[in-house]
Amino acid sequence: MPVPVLEFGSGVAARTGEARALTPPSVRPRLAVESLDAWFSAAQALRDVSLTVPDGTVTAIIGPSGCGKSTMLRCLNRMHETVPGARTEGHVLLDGRDLYARGVDPISVRQHIGMVFQRPTPFPTMSIRGNVAAGLRVRRPRPSRSECDAIVEQALQRAGLWDEVRNRLGASATALSGGQQQRLCIARALATRPEILLLDEPTASLDPVSTQAVEELVRDLRGDVTILIVTHNMQQAARVSDRTAFFLAGEMVELAPTERLFTSPSDPRTEAYITGRFG
Amino acid sequence: MSAGAAASRPSDRQRAVRDRTRRGLARRKVVNGIMLGVLGLCVVLVTLPLVLILAHLLRTGAGALDVAFFTRMPAPVGEREGGMANAIVGTLILVGVAAAVGVPVGVGAGVYVAERRGSWLATTVRFLSDVLNGLPSIVMGIFAWQFLVRPVGHFSALSGGVALGAMMIPMVTRTTEEMVRTVPVSLREAALALGYPRWRTALVVVLRTASAGIVTGALVALARVAGETAPLLFTAFGNQFWSTNVTQPIAALPLQIFTYAISPYDDWHRLAWAGALVLIAIILVLSLIARAATRNRFDASAGA
Amino acid sequence: MAIAPQIVRADAGTPPLVSIHDRGLGDVVYRGVILFFALCVPLLVVLVAWEIARAGWPALHRFGFSFLTSSEWNPVKQIFGAAPAIYGTLVSSAIALALAASLAIGVSVWLSEFSPRSLRQPVAFLVDLLAAIPSVVYGLWGIFVLLPVLRDPVMPFLRDRLGLGHTAFFAGPAYGPSMLAAGLILAIMILPYIASVSREVLLAVPRSQREAALALGATRWEAIWHAVLPHARTGILGGVILGLGRALGETMAVTMVIGNRPEISASLLAPGYTMASLIANEFSEASSDAHLSALMAVGFTLFVITIVVNAAARWLVWRVERGARVSA
Repeated sequence: MPVPVLEFGSGVAARTGEARALTPPSVRPRLAVESLDAWFSAAQALRDVSLTVPDGTVTAIIGPSGCGKSTMLRCLNRMHETVPGARTEGHVLLDGRDLYARGVDPISVRQHIGMVFQRPTPFPTMSIRGNVAAGLRVRRPRPSRSECDAIVEQALQRAGLWDEVRNRLGASATALSGGQQQRLCIARALATRPEILLLDEPTASLDPVSTQAVEELVRDLRGDVTILIVTHNMQQAARVSDRTAFFLAGEMVELAPTERLFTSPSDPRTEAYITGRFG
Repeated sequence: MSAGAAASRPSDRQRAVRDRTRRGLARRKVVNGIMLGVLGLCVVLVTLPLVLILAHLLRTGAGALDVAFFTRMPAPVGEREGGMANAIVGTLILVGVAAAVGVPVGVGAGVYVAERRGSWLATTVRFLSDVLNGLPSIVMGIFAWQFLVRPVGHFSALSGGVALGAMMIPMVTRTTEEMVRTVPVSLREAALALGYPRWRTALVVVLRTASAGIVTGALVALARVAGETAPLLFTAFGNQFWSTNVTQPIAALPLQIFTYAISPYDDWHRLAWAGALVLIAIILVLSLIARAATRNRFDASAGA
Repeated sequence: MAIAPQIVRADAGTPPLVSIHDRGLGDVVYRGVILFFALCVPLLVVLVAWEIARAGWPALHRFGFSFLTSSEWNPVKQIFGAAPAIYGTLVSSAIALALAASLAIGVSVWLSEFSPRSLRQPVAFLVDLLAAIPSVVYGLWGIFVLLPVLRDPVMPFLRDRLGLGHTAFFAGPAYGPSMLAAGLILAIMILPYIASVSREVLLAVPRSQREAALALGATRWEAIWHAVLPHARTGILGGVILGLGRALGETMAVTMVIGNRPEISASLLAPGYTMASLIANEFSEASSDAHLSALMAVGFTLFVITIVVNAAARWLVWRVERGARVSA
């Protein structure tokens, strides 16, 4: 029996768990970035970045440290501007609507886009259930207790954590291992049914087994959620993504289907990076 | 003399230097030992008064302490059946009023200073909080008299509690600020990324995470002000009778101890010691609760 | 609270994004509340200063500068000179500092450099415990334990056996309540404050400093004296001045052992007055408006002195913190 799914946004049509795998990703660009610039005070972190992200795809962002990959991601859900002195210019269009238009509330933007950070950040004073449901508390209309429980279960199942924690949902989230905590954070992000899911080096602090679990999870979510994943691990990018973007010194050098980028990159800088000549 | 012989046998001069160095080293070692002894003496001299005071307190206070102490009212001189029931309750009431004033302001100011670090107002508040901290308690007492007693025309527990609360504010502000600052930025970001508005991020994430430390800080501050006498001299004033009315003068342990101590009656002196013992016990209990609060939190989050 | 975004279902509708003008009641309230509480602090300080200054103004106005310098304090004749109280405050605090500073620094050095691991926590705890004892309990102990001991045998010993009675500082009758007693009690009371700051400052000195000195062949004491203490000098000074600030304002314990006599005497064995104990002693029985105003003026003087001293202490400690951050 399919678990009831609550919708908080538009664009992703209602799907039951079984139908998910059968629907191919749509070709319409879900997300479009136009001439994005970003600064940390006086230092420019992103230069004139433009890219499109089709619905339901997984896009990997790779590049050496400091190239602006995380900044790029954080600009998409307007987290970049929470840093004192940070500034952005340009447009980010979600289904055609500019997130940076005058009058748009960043809080509202972030309620449509989910994010998972490099280090697991469960809320230490909340239980596992509380953590997963944390995002639901600020949605309106607020789901009832039983609806919340259903959503929590579904999110934990999607994150591959349900079986491990089903009997201790009330336990403190900090009692979980690192890999479990990160999957908890993914479940937390998924619980709100985001239209876009941003993953900022999600496996950087995880052991190989947990890393594999998270990568499987990303592959499972393909088609259902539009994902952008920042990674410094090229093999990971090759494993999970449909398209890959290579960033260097704040600029997007190349964006191509993953296989093509890694086998026959068009830009010599991309080639230099993926063959290990720097980075 | 051949070069080889000169190298193998130290000259007189070299021997003199070596001896002087050895003697010097020996003397330096002696100095080292002496200073170590002096420092040890310092430790003894410092812990000695504490031990003396507590020992005397226990001995004399326990001797005068009985159940009647907690249940009876102060009696006129000569009657042996006196107690400090009203003073104990009075202290608790005063502490309650102080908490109602000091905790909200302290926590609020502490959160503000932590969140708006670097702004001129936050720096000013921090500085003035320190200034407030160093204010003599008697000065706070006469201020409270001037501001809260004089206009009304009579003493009150409320004015005493407010004076104590004002004294609490800097301590609570400081501990709150420190606790809020220990909450990692990543937690804040996680909440923001979920779409939490700033105020909710602050309340749900920051305050809840720091709450144990904040509570501890508040309890420690309460323990401190519970023992203050000077601010109460002209505000709560003391009361021979039973009263829980906050708009009237009220008895308090420190006040009662003071009154009895400077009196010429032996009975009252004994009661003063008993009162001091109870006062210290109350302070100790508050401090222990404060410590327990932090420890519980750490145990719960162990294994992260 | 934010107005709920309209939920648009299915199809390629534009995602509902809330305009910025609809949001933020929660934020505004939150920011307003903490701002309000934060403003209470400066407001309180200003209020205290204002009220006490206002109440003390008549006396200050009437006596002018001689209020601070005249040594006649006579409520009956309505003549008020606060010099004895100011003198007493300064002298008792000076005695307290002289006794407490070296002891407190000594304990801190021992704790940070020499103490075995197992003793560190307990001893530090004991030293901090001194600060937790209420002033009135110190006073109680002072009256019934310290004063009798001073009266006999200590004071006669100092005065007669040691012959110090020939000096002005130990001359005259010794009944117990005295400047010396007040200084002693104050010393015990300010010890933990100086010790706590000194301990923190000493622990903040980088290990490399000690190790460098030891590697040059210094004994442990020499390493401390030449490498660690100079580094910590400013912070320790800040702690000492902090202790001074505390001593200046201490009321109850001092009132109970100092004798409460408004006279300036060079002798430490004689009773005296401090500003704080003066107020504590006479406030309840202030016989006239002039008396009250004079007491308020004394309070204001005390207020100003402690603010200046504490500000100096904080500034010194702040300088040390900033230096540590820069050079860390």
